[in-house]
Amino acid sequence: MEEMLIIAGFGGQGVQLIGQTLVKAGMDEGKEVSFLPSYGAEMRGGTSNCNVIIADEPICSPIVNEATCVMALNRPSLDKFESAVLKGGALLINSSLIDRKSERDDIEVFYVPANEIAQEVGNLRTANMVMLGAYIGVSGAVSVDAVMQNLKKTFGERRAHLLPVNRQAIEKGIQCVQEQRAKAEKAL
Amino acid sequence: MAKILMKGNEAIAEAAIKVGCRFFFGYPITPQNQIPEYMSKRMPQVGGCFLQAESEVSAINMVYGASGAGARVMTSSSSPGISLKQEGISYAVGAELPLVVVNMVRGGPGLGSIQPAQSDYFQATRGGGHGDYRLPVFAPASVQEAVELMAVAFDVADRYRNPVMLLGDGMLGQIMEPVEMIEERKEPLPKKPWASGVPEKEGRSIINSLYINPDECEQHNYKLERKYQEITKNEVRVETIGCEDADVLLVAYGTMARICQRAARDAKKELGLNVGLVRPITLWPYPYEQLAKCAAQASVKHVLCVEMSTGQMVDDVRLAVSDMKPVSFYGRPGGMVPTVKDILAKLSSIKEGM
Repeated sequence: MEEMLIIAGFGGQGVQLIGQTLVKAGMDEGKEVSFLPSYGAEMRGGTSNCNVIIADEPICSPIVNEATCVMALNRPSLDKFESAVLKGGALLINSSLIDRKSERDDIEVFYVPANEIAQEVGNLRTANMVMLGAYIGVSGAVSVDAVMQNLKKTFGERRAHLLPVNRQAIEKGIQCVQEQRAKAEKAL
Repeated sequence: MAKILMKGNEAIAEAAIKVGCRFFFGYPITPQNQIPEYMSKRMPQVGGCFLQAESEVSAINMVYGASGAGARVMTSSSSPGISLKQEGISYAVGAELPLVVVNMVRGGPGLGSIQPAQSDYFQATRGGGHGDYRLPVFAPASVQEAVELMAVAFDVADRYRNPVMLLGDGMLGQIMEPVEMIEERKEPLPKKPWASGVPEKEGRSIINSLYINPDECEQHNYKLERKYQEITKNEVRVETIGCEDADVLLVAYGTMARICQRAARDAKKELGLNVGLVRPITLWPYPYEQLAKCAAQASVKHVLCVEMSTGQMVDDVRLAVSDMKPVSFYGRPGGMVPTVKDILAKLSSIKEGM
């Protein structure tokens, strides 16, 4: 396995948190991981992205130019990184905020209404966890349990009450892409 | 010890604390800000001192003072800030003071960009400030190696009483990777009877770099030079990967070497080319002999040096390889990072010409 991800969105959408949570979970499950954030004049509302690698073999280059999966949380991210998905790879689009369809026909494309799903589970701020769930659903790169273990550490006792809603968001994300994949396979 | 996920900058700071560094003086600059940030939190916890100076010039002179008093001390900055520190580093060399300077290189010249670069190679390996001197320069390629080399850097600085530089880049500073943190140093720090403020010592210690009489200054320079010959003999570090029977040798250091390692692997698959990688870990002293030996193999037809610059280390590669084999260069400056694809394209054109 060699998962090479680009996660991108507005600053404040939780892009870096998705990436860090994934690599921590991957590390705990014995995988080789690296996390490379974009850095500089980052701010809420600006653009933010990160490169994540989860692999069986030791990682050489931590930079992802060609991704097995791109997670686009907003429109500028889709425009910028849609072409970076490797043939046969996956593109996860936050369709709550992105009003266009993908132009690629050589990859798997999933439309995840992350903000709506997050609202449905009761906390709009879990939209990033819906996307994280969608990625788990597509790739199986890490387990939900490993992710929850790490969120528990990140949240600490003070925010422990938020764990169930985050788990629900992740599970809904998984469900969303699995339904789309089943539908696509049926169509074939 | 279990692996933990750490940012390069933070891991470097923690490693310094682990090996007994208790004084940090610095001034903020991207992309190394997590080093002073981490130090500002940790130093008070371990009874050390963190101080944000009013400028880089001030910070390096505080390091000079602390080292002169016998402390294990460091500073960190990025390219423009390191330029400002050069005067102080030169003085520290003159006064034979051990200290560690971390440079997380960004695009230059001037304020340049804040993205990763390797354009400070000449400055790092040719002294940097005025005078006839060199710094041992360590160039880690991963967070794990950075942590381990921090321990080496402090020891080498003490052993030879000379400033040492850890040369990274913005990528190494910002990346998060699993790291096995080094153990806390158990043995006491080396004794520094030459330092000022040693209580059991009689008389005064003079920490100075002024030798107004040129005869004495010449002798002082010869003394430094003998030290540099010792360092050259003892401290060279290099890693070679897949160099046996290689058709082409890649030469790269730091994070660039990791990208080259991937390119070497893909070249076998995509171009049918055996590509070896020579990765200098010390940039000074440079592994001339080891590189020459790899390049001398009959199988090697070409040597390609890859850098995040317009070509600086390639001069050392040419010194090592001489006219044995053709040497070419590929690089991107200003904060742009050559991709695996770029390097493969270059290797492909080299293959055509072979």
